Amino acid sequence: MGSRYTKKTFALEIVAILLAILFMVPFYFVIVNSLKSFSEILVDAAALPSELLFSNYVKVWDILNFPRPFINSLIITVFSNIGIVIISSMAAWKMVRTPGNFSKILFIFFVSAMVIPFQTVMIPLVKLGGMLGIMNSIPGIIIMYFGFGVPLSLFLYHGFVKTVPVEVEESARIDGCSPFGVFWRIVFPLLKPITVTVVILNTLWIWNDYLLPLLVLQDASLRTIPLATSSFFAQYTKQWDMGLAALVMGITPIIIFFLFLQKHIIKGIASGSIK
Amino acid sequence: MNTNTNTSTTTTKTTPVGEGQLSPHPQPTPITKLRSVSKRRAKLNKILTYAAFVGPALLFFVVIQIIPFFMGIYYSFTSWNGVSSTVEWVGFENFKRIFTNDERFFNSFLFTTKFMFAAVIISNFIGFSLALILNAALKTKNILRTVFFVPNVIGGLLLGFIWQFIFVRGFAAVGDLTNIGFFQLPWLGDATTAFWGIVIVFAWQISGYMMVIYIAALQGVDNSLLEAAKIDGATAFQTLKNIIIPLILPAFTICFFLTIAMAFKIFDLNLSLTGGGPFNSTQSVAINIYQEAFTNNNYGVGSAKAIIFFVIVAIFTTAQVMFTKKREVEA
Repeated sequence: MGSRYTKKTFALEIVAILLAILFMVPFYFVIVNSLKSFSEILVDAAALPSELLFSNYVKVWDILNFPRPFINSLIITVFSNIGIVIISSMAAWKMVRTPGNFSKILFIFFVSAMVIPFQTVMIPLVKLGGMLGIMNSIPGIIIMYFGFGVPLSLFLYHGFVKTVPVEVEESARIDGCSPFGVFWRIVFPLLKPITVTVVILNTLWIWNDYLLPLLVLQDASLRTIPLATSSFFAQYTKQWDMGLAALVMGITPIIIFFLFLQKHIIKGIASGSIK
Repeated sequence: MNTNTNTSTTTTKTTPVGEGQLSPHPQPTPITKLRSVSKRRAKLNKILTYAAFVGPALLFFVVIQIIPFFMGIYYSFTSWNGVSSTVEWVGFENFKRIFTNDERFFNSFLFTTKFMFAAVIISNFIGFSLALILNAALKTKNILRTVFFVPNVIGGLLLGFIWQFIFVRGFAAVGDLTNIGFFQLPWLGDATTAFWGIVIVFAWQISGYMMVIYIAALQGVDNSLLEAAKIDGATAFQTLKNIIIPLILPAFTICFFLTIAMAFKIFDLNLSLTGGGPFNSTQSVAINIYQEAFTNNNYGVGSAKAIIFFVIVAIFTTAQVMFTKKREVEA
């Protein structure tokens, strides 16, 4: 574990790079074959394409009507995130700053729900959603994400608020700031590091979620990227030339998101899980 | 809440709003009464603020998760089919049917449990090994960390489709080129290769995530302890076993907790990779519940399965956390 760069470290580095290449091989297969014709894929899936064929992408773009599912996914992810951040940060702050049995029990109530698997609530949720009139609508699914997102986000905020000194809030309160003013002007900016973590974790979850949209969004025009991809595959089974192009399109937005924010994401994941 | 607000505003009409306890205004009422009234006002104010801050989170959480949870318990005792408006109470009939006359559900549990053990062990082994390698002073450390983490940002559904292609076409092509038997197996075509296929994809997706957590823990290990072990002549393996692993046991708790939960609840990846096949041999519990409810329209039986699923997930995860926590204390 020394910091010198020895022969042993070099050997380790080679091993690590080889492993990384092995990890990336699936992407090679997917990208290379998405640029081939169907018959060329069948001949040899490992070879490079004889000519770059972009027609698969053009076709799939039209079939999926790609901007539609992309925008749906984007709207759902962004607004769910905003709502979850607002309600869970407010609740967590107030609960930490109001010590007592009530807050303690409430906190346990929120956190223990994290053990409930989604499959346990999904069947009645469909029924309840119908009764509340929030099925088959984008605002409806966003509301549902609020409910599912609260426990973990509140838990993370709760842990973080405890480390924020209370003195600043108190002086602001004496200066006549309302509780909302104190929270939004003073406390919330201080919560930024954990807000980044919360947003990253929720984005990866909501963007990639398949089952809740499958249950809630029936209209083709409301489909998210995972939904559109799965119905594409149901329709064009084994047509890998177009299927792979659809997959590359589907994974590109989230990979770009990751590459732009990778430092924050990796840090956020580490701190989010250690708490 | 509303009636409370009304009554208190009528009794404390004389106190200006928002003044609370510190009201300096001379009042016609006796001091003691004034004090108790403004105290009550302050308390009420506190409660209302508390409700305003905590209420929204609590409301969404209760409506979306808690109410359906209890509705599910109720439905598990009924023969509800999801359509008819009358819901008939059948007692323990659904549970009896599941335990005595539902081989497919039993098999899906067996599959999911086996899968969980294989997936948890393999993805933690790979994740921890990668963390140990990347914790050395490598020059390409940061970029490698990114590479290993990438699969984790892709959703399970798309990953499953991607790997379906890799297994069926990619492996076959590599097998033709290299003649290595491993690649020439009928991947996803029989129960064994389908099982290990899902394990491989799960490990590929999750290992990088586990690695990130293990790296964070390894960075917290005090270097002087490692130096001391080296001076005392400990081998690398002894250092790992007797110093590093005991020190980062909390990370193992987290990683095992996360992987157990994720593996046991597997749905998307399973659905797009094998669809539960061949011959339902890789049907996870989550898929079984989904089909029971939404394909067969047996909402009552589906709810009963969902409750059983909940109990088992809860037992697994709490038992595991308690077990590792206990080890942590001992270490």
